[in-house]
Amino acid sequence: MDLFEYQARDMFEAHGVPVLKGLIADTPEEAAEAAAKIGGTVVVKAQVKAGGRGKAGGVKLAHNPEEARVAAEAILKLTIKDLPVNRVMIAEGAQIDKEYYFSVLLDRSNRTFLSLCSVEGGMEIEQLAEERPEALAKIAIDAIQGIDLAKALEIAKAGGFSDEIAAKVAPVFVKLYDVFVKEDATLVEVNPLILSKSGEIIALDGKVSLDDNAEFRHQRESMERDQLDPLETKAKESDLNYVKLDGEVGIIGNGAGLVMSTLDVVAYAGEKHGGVKPANFLDIGGGASAEVMAAGLDVILGDPQVKSVFVNVFGGITACDAVANGIVGALATLGSSATKPLVVRLDGNNVVEGRKILADANHPLVTVVDTMDEAADKAAELANR
Amino acid sequence: MSIFLDKNSLIIVQGMTGSEGMKHTRRMLKGGSNIVGGVNPKKAGESVDVDGTMLPVFGTVADAMAATGANVSVIFVPPAFAKSAVMEAIDAGIGLAVVITEGIPVHDSASFWAYSVSKGNKTRIIGPNCPGIISPGKSNAGITPSDISGPGPIGLVSKSGTLTYQMMFELRDIGISTAIGIGGDPVIGTTHIDALAAFEADPETKAIVLIGEIGGDSEEKAAAYIKDNVTKPVVAYVAGFTAPEGKTMGHAGAIVSGSAGTAQAKKEAFEKVGVKVGKTPSETAALMRGVIASL
Repeated sequence: MDLFEYQARDMFEAHGVPVLKGLIADTPEEAAEAAAKIGGTVVVKAQVKAGGRGKAGGVKLAHNPEEARVAAEAILKLTIKDLPVNRVMIAEGAQIDKEYYFSVLLDRSNRTFLSLCSVEGGMEIEQLAEERPEALAKIAIDAIQGIDLAKALEIAKAGGFSDEIAAKVAPVFVKLYDVFVKEDATLVEVNPLILSKSGEIIALDGKVSLDDNAEFRHQRESMERDQLDPLETKAKESDLNYVKLDGEVGIIGNGAGLVMSTLDVVAYAGEKHGGVKPANFLDIGGGASAEVMAAGLDVILGDPQVKSVFVNVFGGITACDAVANGIVGALATLGSSATKPLVVRLDGNNVVEGRKILADANHPLVTVVDTMDEAADKAAELANR
Repeated sequence: MSIFLDKNSLIIVQGMTGSEGMKHTRRMLKGGSNIVGGVNPKKAGESVDVDGTMLPVFGTVADAMAATGANVSVIFVPPAFAKSAVMEAIDAGIGLAVVITEGIPVHDSASFWAYSVSKGNKTRIIGPNCPGIISPGKSNAGITPSDISGPGPIGLVSKSGTLTYQMMFELRDIGISTAIGIGGDPVIGTTHIDALAAFEADPETKAIVLIGEIGGDSEEKAAAYIKDNVTKPVVAYVAGFTAPEGKTMGHAGAIVSGSAGTAQAKKEAFEKVGVKVGKTPSETAALMRGVIASL
């Protein structure tokens, strides 16, 4: 999960990373109040998870509460890279002397952590990496030893900081590493990290990505989440791993790899059938029960874009008879509201029993096909009718 | 032969007394694996009757190894305790630790991997979030159904569990030497390359199927490794051509991976080194049939 800028700011503050004052506002009036509370010149910033906010008009300077109100009114009407702006952050104005760059992240390729650092911050980091790669230090971080003050100094020196400034930024790097570890982040990035005209180091803008697998050891129930598609919300309530896509063939399968593969096979088959595409990703997981299968079908049949459904299950731990019972049960519950054809391919654990259950039920909407490729073709054909 | 696991493997199960652990201990035993005990500090000294086989429960991996001579541990403990379970297996010096657990925080996987490195990587780690490893007809350490395919000349390494099953199923008439699911998590122990190296050295393996999926650069690295080190024929499959782009890890992540991580990039990396890539699982299996027929 990627955080909004204000969430990253609050998280930094909680771990002792120096930040400027910042308050959120959802209306122009709240923005004016926040600006009055902070006092002086403020920056009104769109809270969307997209780059290029400044260019899109999502960042405006305001010298008093009235200007903040006007700025917020304009920004809250914006859509930046297809994302509507529903919230702004009113941030204390900064007197910037120098801009730096620091991040620590999971380095998947080397199975460890990595810190990137440069005395030349402010610009897009890809641009720096491309134009002046020698100015961007990359220091591997041992997951057990982490970043202590000595390591932080090493990073700062490698990033081109003078001894004097390195001594100032290093304690901040240690605190940012605290954020990274204690919050189970996969990325903590500060760009820019600034030296203010009064000589303070301040994290001016931050990006934080959190590990969804670690949610169980954090209290984040009240944290603002991305707005989900209604079908995604419904799927989440049933603990289903569902992603809405733009297509006509609903997909249900077990195991992320097999479902991804199913999307591909359906997209290839669609090329011969009017260009139909997969409508979603839905993984019912290993050991899925009849209930889970039924909940999955319910979500997919609720997608008005869906014209046909492809159920592709290889029974490893999942038993094909349970899948078949789930299909039959879901269709019985849905009754006459189920109108879309289902193509089912079952193989593996208890496949004979599973196919028999479907044959005995003999439901007019269900077609059982032997192989994955043939089933994908059939589902694409039905979606193109 | 086979890789990493053979008929002499003596297996213990960490988390055997939990519901998943018990379910799969039963399945592994039924499939012919030599399970010699379980580990649960709260139930040390007890025995568990698994369909007529009495399995002793030990307090630690070290105790279990001392008493049974176990050389493989299959780990089913829940995500919150998985890190310490893997570290315990490393401390005990067991040869192979197969981590089935799904949903382990990546900081925990990175920690146990760093710990393993600091101890000289004496314990081979497979996973986490994987189906484990099976050498059909010999042993099965994990959750792969034992009856999908019999033994044969094909080595299989895959990031995905169900695609492993699917491919074993497609090639069941030819047979599998070892099928290893390395898991799709960002930080894993055994990689595509480790499996390729072992298959290359295994006389029983005549050809290799490699299954990858979007994300990371394990496939690109494997392609480079194949070019220089693998003489046996390799056929590959990559899933995720039409999958939506995942949430990016921010700017810095893209720089580090050094590759877009897309299915197309991985396919091209394989084809550049002469590895044929199937468009679908069945086409991949057909390519492998052609390879086997020409040997």
